[in-house]
Amino acid sequence: MILVALAIAIWLGAWWVNARIAGSPLNRTRWARLAVPAIFGLTLLVVWELLVRGLQVPGVILPPPSAIAARIGASPGILWVDFVQTAVKGALSGYVIGCGTAFLTAIAIDRSPFLQRGLLPVGNFVAALPIIGTAPILVMWFGVDWQSKAAVVVVMVFFPMLVNTVQGLADTTAMQRDLMKTYSAGYWQSLFKLRLPAAMPFIFNGLKISTTLALIGAIVAEFFGSPIQGMGFRISTEVGRLGLDMVWAEIAVAALAGSAFYGAVAAIEKGVTFWHPSQRG
Amino acid sequence: MTQAPVIEAKNLDLTFQTNDGPVHALKGVDLTIDKGDFVSFIGPSGCGKTTFLRVIAGLEQATGGQITVNGMSPDAARQARAYGYVFQAAGLYPWRTIAGNIKLPLEIMGFSRADQESRVKNVLELVDLAGFGKKFPWQLSGGMQQRASIARALAFNADILLMDEPFGALDEIVRDHLNEQLLALWARTEKTIGFVTHSIPEAVYLSTKIVVMSPRPGRITDVIDSPLPKERPLDIRDTPEFLEIAHRVREGLRAGHAYD
Repeated sequence: MILVALAIAIWLGAWWVNARIAGSPLNRTRWARLAVPAIFGLTLLVVWELLVRGLQVPGVILPPPSAIAARIGASPGILWVDFVQTAVKGALSGYVIGCGTAFLTAIAIDRSPFLQRGLLPVGNFVAALPIIGTAPILVMWFGVDWQSKAAVVVVMVFFPMLVNTVQGLADTTAMQRDLMKTYSAGYWQSLFKLRLPAAMPFIFNGLKISTTLALIGAIVAEFFGSPIQGMGFRISTEVGRLGLDMVWAEIAVAALAGSAFYGAVAAIEKGVTFWHPSQRG
Repeated sequence: MTQAPVIEAKNLDLTFQTNDGPVHALKGVDLTIDKGDFVSFIGPSGCGKTTFLRVIAGLEQATGGQITVNGMSPDAARQARAYGYVFQAAGLYPWRTIAGNIKLPLEIMGFSRADQESRVKNVLELVDLAGFGKKFPWQLSGGMQQRASIARALAFNADILLMDEPFGALDEIVRDHLNEQLLALWARTEKTIGFVTHSIPEAVYLSTKIVVMSPRPGRITDVIDSPLPKERPLDIRDTPEFLEIAHRVREGLRAGHAYD
């Protein structure tokens, strides 16, 4: 009971501190922008720890963060191997292949109304296929190693990337196009000097959506067959062995990897589309 | 000023096919523009003044009659880089700096890099924006952006400058200032300028020739050769000659409106 009371007290205390920071002139500073979410996150972890211990929640239901941290500390080798197998080999290669082909496809079909009318509905159809259904088939086709995971990721990221790029390429004003016409600019000149730069905010939207899809796809695909490594493989086998601390450790790694991936793409976006009203700040 | 005409339109028609039936944007337009003329097109919206400018530029195709620019078809003239076009809004690409925007036509037309740099420097001085080359468009005021877009149209040194209500969105003080600068620039470069406006004082102040147009169908109702001298301080607008021309323009506009 003491631990539960302590948890409530810490929660209220942190709340008060954050409210003070948010309400004070400090709020505008970079320091406060980092401190408020950091305090919030830390509080969440401490309260989680105290409640799980105080209420004696079984580790199978919810292990305390300290146990998860201990598991991460005890098995960096396994986590690293799993990370490389799933996030780098599966998700990242699938992401690059999927987004790359979607981008090139968008440019190809943009020139041809025939392909645009034909391919967009097909892409839509493929995107609507449930991943749970297609993943086992792709595992049959491409084998149990990372290639099949990359294929699942390609299927998942292709459509959002395609739609965003096609939409972005169409996002120029009549005046911008007329301007190019008065210069008698050719197709490729218009593409590189006007339409691609104008499409960048859309393209990065597709790239950002695809980061999270890629990781989810690679992990879920491992449930349908994988070598004896990989984050999805580890999660499904450890659940069977009630090794919930390992499952949570993998989840923590996946969350970190996903956030870092998204953050990296968002940082590149900030550099490329600095001119867009949403980035000028 | 009396050589072969730069722009010559004969019995020009342009009909847009819309869902509500054909719209006669231009009907039977005859006009000759000589080298060095400053021609204003004035009229209510829908009178085809912008459409006519776009036909000259080859952005719209006439459906009847003839038009030549420098003795060529508008399309051929465009390929030959005969004109620079200034739109209603500056339309600068936000991902390029001011200098980068001015370089855009130069890159497309394949000027050498050194030539690009010197031309950008020249036209920036011409529109009084020296030192702003490294800024981005959204860091400048509307008037400065429009001046940058004029610099962009001047950069490749076309003989004809086509301007579609370039100062329409600006306040009157800025507009006066830019009008003065435009006249100075015209005097210095001896370009032929086609200028669309809906402001009577602007048209009279700037032009050597004022073309009054009226809508439905778009046609020319009056062409006024201005007797004002080439040298025009802003206060010329208070002289009787100026007011007389303005009056005639107003009468022309009113006549065009008579039957609607």
